[in-house]
Amino acid sequence: MFPIEKHHMATSIEDAVRALAEDETSQVIAGGTDVLIRLHEGHGDYRNLVDINKLDELREIRMDEEGNVLIGALASFTEILEHDVIRKHVPVIGESVNTVGGPQVRNRGTMGGNICNGAVSADSACAALVHEVDLVIQSPEGERVESIIGFHTGPGRVSLKQGDLLKHFRVRPGNYKGFGASYYKYAMREAMDIATIGCAAAVKLNGEKIGELRLAYTVSAPTPIRCAGAEEVAKGKPLTQETLAEIAKAVEADVRPRTSWRASMEFRLHVIRTLAQRVTRQAAERAGGTF
Amino acid sequence: MQKQTISLTVNDKKFTLDIDVRQSLADVLRKQGFTSVKQGCGVGECGACTVLVDDMAVDSCIYLAVWADNKKVRTTEGECRNGKLSPVQQAYVDAGAVQCGFCTPGLVMTTTSFLERNRDRKVTREEIRTGHAGNLCRCTGYETIVKAVEKIVDVAEEE
Amino acid sequence: MAVGKSPVRKDAVAKVTGKARYTDDFIMPGMLHAKYVRSPVGHGIVKSLDAKEALALPGVEAVFTYEDVPDIVYATAGHPFSLEVDHQDVADRKLLTKHVRYHGDEVAIVVARDPLTAEEAARKVKVEYEEFPVCVTHEAALAHDAPKIHAGGNVIKSHSFEVGGNLDQALSESDVVVEGEFKTPVVQHCHMENHTAYAYMDDHEHIVVVSSTQIPHICRRIVGEALGISWGRVRVIKPYIGGGFGNKQDVVLEPMAAFLTMKMDGAPVKLELNREECLVSTRTRHSTKSRCRIGATRDGALKGIDLDLVSNTGAYASHGHSIPSAGGAKSVNLYPRNVVKYSALTHYANIPSAGAMRAYGSPQVIFAIESAMEDAARAIGMDSVDFRIRNVAREQDVNPLSQKKISSAGICECLEKGRKMIGWDEKRKQYADQTGDVRRGLGVACFSYGSGTYPVCVEIAGCRLILNQDGSVHMQLGATEIGQGSDTAFAQMAAETLGVDYDKIHVVSTQDTDVSPFDTGAYASRQSYVVAPAIRKAALELKRKILGHVREMTGKAAEGMTIAGGKIVNQNRPERVVLDLAEVAIDAYYHKQRGGQLTADVSHKTRTNAPSYGCTFVDLEVDVPMCKVKINQIINVHDAGVIIHPLLAEGQVHGGMGMAVGMALFEELLIDPKSGWVHNSNLLDYKIPTFVDIPNLECAFVETVEPTSAYGHKSLGEPPIISPAPAIRNAILDATGVAVNEAPMTPKVLFRHFSQAGII
Ligand code: FES
Ligand code: FES
Repeated sequence: MFPIEKHHMATSIEDAVRALAEDETSQVIAGGTDVLIRLHEGHGDYRNLVDINKLDELREIRMDEEGNVLIGALASFTEILEHDVIRKHVPVIGESVNTVGGPQVRNRGTMGGNICNGAVSADSACAALVHEVDLVIQSPEGERVESIIGFHTGPGRVSLKQGDLLKHFRVRPGNYKGFGASYYKYAMREAMDIATIGCAAAVKLNGEKIGELRLAYTVSAPTPIRCAGAEEVAKGKPLTQETLAEIAKAVEADVRPRTSWRASMEFRLHVIRTLAQRVTRQAAERAGGTF
Repeated sequence: MQKQTISLTVNDKKFTLDIDVRQSLADVLRKQGFTSVKQGCGVGECGACTVLVDDMAVDSCIYLAVWADNKKVRTTEGECRNGKLSPVQQAYVDAGAVQCGFCTPGLVMTTTSFLERNRDRKVTREEIRTGHAGNLCRCTGYETIVKAVEKIVDVAEEE
Repeated sequence: MAVGKSPVRKDAVAKVTGKARYTDDFIMPGMLHAKYVRSPVGHGIVKSLDAKEALALPGVEAVFTYEDVPDIVYATAGHPFSLEVDHQDVADRKLLTKHVRYHGDEVAIVVARDPLTAEEAARKVKVEYEEFPVCVTHEAALAHDAPKIHAGGNVIKSHSFEVGGNLDQALSESDVVVEGEFKTPVVQHCHMENHTAYAYMDDHEHIVVVSSTQIPHICRRIVGEALGISWGRVRVIKPYIGGGFGNKQDVVLEPMAAFLTMKMDGAPVKLELNREECLVSTRTRHSTKSRCRIGATRDGALKGIDLDLVSNTGAYASHGHSIPSAGGAKSVNLYPRNVVKYSALTHYANIPSAGAMRAYGSPQVIFAIESAMEDAARAIGMDSVDFRIRNVAREQDVNPLSQKKISSAGICECLEKGRKMIGWDEKRKQYADQTGDVRRGLGVACFSYGSGTYPVCVEIAGCRLILNQDGSVHMQLGATEIGQGSDTAFAQMAAETLGVDYDKIHVVSTQDTDVSPFDTGAYASRQSYVVAPAIRKAALELKRKILGHVREMTGKAAEGMTIAGGKIVNQNRPERVVLDLAEVAIDAYYHKQRGGQLTADVSHKTRTNAPSYGCTFVDLEVDVPMCKVKINQIINVHDAGVIIHPLLAEGQVHGGMGMAVGMALFEELLIDPKSGWVHNSNLLDYKIPTFVDIPNLECAFVETVEPTSAYGHKSLGEPPIISPAPAIRNAILDATGVAVNEAPMTPKVLFRHFSQAGII
């Protein structure tokens, strides 16, 4: 039994947006794998729920006519990782969400929730960042599009306002075509865990060289981040061990890990450097490169 | 207290229930006598409460009962028909995969769903392990459970 | 023959179909629910407590505080009562406390009509604390200016022994003496079923407590003691239990449940902990710090072991000093032909209370000894397996501490077997001088353990057999099934001795102290060893009675007959069936002139204790930059005497190994040294291994025949957890050259050690 005070089952996107806008204490509940845990803890902020589970239009995963990959906010991790469009065009998103929890949690948890709850450890965040996904958001004023870059505004915070409802993610062709990508979740267990550090890389080759590197981390700064410095360093470099070492070196300036009871700053930094090499290398290999 | 009426089937039996919206599916099932649905954590970390909703494994402790409206729910009580154990249940018995038994009903349902989802393909031991990683067991070290599953799936040769 | 086979365990079908009922599966009309109000500070005293708001909540029935509970200080450890006053457990707690000693301590309790209301009300009880300085670590608790956690100070007890000669002399005769400091963590049992109990009254006198306990009869006594009422007023019922591992060998909830029902006019009151509470406010394994020295000669003779260990029991004593005391004593059986010097001290600290946990002190002691043994083998340049084979116990050795002869010891054979199974000799060569990112290594470690607690505690067991009308047999025991499969093994024993089929033995799995024979319960891996003689005696007695009745029925002499396959047969020619057992039974019950119900009711005290042995072999790889360990192969080989049920025995071994891998590589309750705050009191942050974190687990047995045992068997429940952690430590050393003398060897810890060693 959860200490829920009000539960509204939304009947349409408009209804959900209206309910959310009307009451500033209301919160969206989707798969429940996060909200219900906070309620179990007795959290006061989640007692007034707008339930979007009946909004089947938000579950859709597909490719539109322009080649954009669309992932509904309510699509479960399992649906995402098993979907052909994902497997074919943005497999790293599937790989990433496959590292969330265990099968039961993946059957319910959604990428919408994973991104919108602002968790700094969100497993889908790195992949979203390297593919620079757009978020299509409905608000009482209408629809708007935001980029994932800048969407996270602080620990547990995102740029959604009361009354906003994420409808779907959109990956534009320019952000996935020609890239090889990889994700590694560094955690204390191989399942049912949160990332100590998450790292994704996407590499586009230019002949034998790195044309473009996109490198993203979770739990390495107050929000999930991209690594501008390391990405710059990688540009035009050959696929060598030295390049990987340079990237690993450069990444130190991009990140701001902290010490918590979960792990020390030094340890996190070591993992960040190690993953910079391993994940970039795998992404480059997936793009067709050899070292 | 907000009430709502839901209709669902549990193990093929129809139920129409007035529930409290604050209840989890686990709460409701246990109240109806399906006490195989165990609670080891209440927050989706142990899998002891695993049931199938429309044949998909979920942690019923973090599944609101209102979501089960018009759904088909399966628990391990329903897997045994006319006194005959399901192949999954039988495999657990034969492999010695049962000790204290508290994790067992949830695991039986996870295996049931794993088996149904992998009907026409070979699976590796590693896939068995990842496919069950949402269920904790503290008694068996998982060894005999993996062996029980291997008795009933088509096992791929390991390289 | 029923012993040595693997019939389907008695409760398997009940458990796979969900029919097995655990404590929470019994619901009574009008049941009330209780929730503790817990301290958010690590150490302090309640300044004020205001329950008004909580009491105002609709559905709240009552709030009780430390002022309302009996003024009785009691002990919770689930030991048998001791007639010797200094052997009795430390009494150091009341039902609720004003002086809070750890983060999570219990100051008040709310009773409400439903669990959610109880929880919400508990949050609304306003408590102000005056905070005291907190001591979490050994150093902090033992500092001379440390705040006193209990009136008598922070040291509970210390003891030492030196046996087999003189240590100084032994070390002076050694060619090498190695020394190391070792640390083991606070870990927790994490049985899947949390602690739960409820209580109600049948009349004005008797209290019924239904509980997930390993020790119903002990529980009854402690409820009586805690409430100051006579023991006979208390009835404890134990249904199926979802694991215990020692944590339910402590009386945690039952006295409170009993107290509450008395307060609530006998209404049923349930006290069910959630996982967070279970991790912090039940019991844990004692964390230890130790210094171990080992001296040996170059030709591989172990001369002396010197172990000095400090054990942290946390806020309340619970099993307290019994833990390092037992751990030290049981290890002497392993290397009995050398000097062993052991000293141990147990202290309080402002952390969750430590109690009994699988293998009771031995994992801590053996981690130090077997790590140091590895260092010694390396120092003298001898193969680690050879070094152990040279020094482990042999049959007829005398344990220098107990002065008892070791009457079965298969540890040498275990080591030989394990060495072959893992391919030790070839891999040794292959893995020499590992370099690069990923390095492989091999490790080994051994252990010894006891079969019960004798002579420290009484070992009493009871068995009642009843011949039913249909020729089947009902079996009642005070010993408890907690998942290990004891009901099944006991039925096999009875079937074996009585001569009936295993299927014809119905075991009453529930213990009810009003009805069940007396037995102190499941702990110390005692049950199979100490209950067996009671079963055997009872079976022989029932057999004698049955044959006696056959003589009355047939006029034939009982001596020429026996029971086999459920039939009365001619002893020399078993194919000659005299009568079916069912015919005898129905006659005994219903014949108007002769017979009666045929039963046997036996209580037996065991006055021996057989050492059991075993070892672990590990092949693993370390990804050095990633600071991660991957176990490629792990094997436990056990000498548990005759194996009663091979499939169940393997299950025990797997389970212990899995838990040991947890302690070695994953698990630790993390407590803030400044505040005593427990960081990771949930199953997400407290990392018990999942399906993908445990490697394939292999096991094998060396079957000795223990002459003091009714069926030749010895302990097996706890032992499998003892040796894997040091074996893993030794394999990491083999792979990387870095000695990680602390568990758990998590990536964080490996990072620290690898950085210090300069390999990353
Ligand atoms: S009780 Fe539902 S996952 Fe643990
Ligand atoms: S059998 Fe006890 S938890 Fe799995």
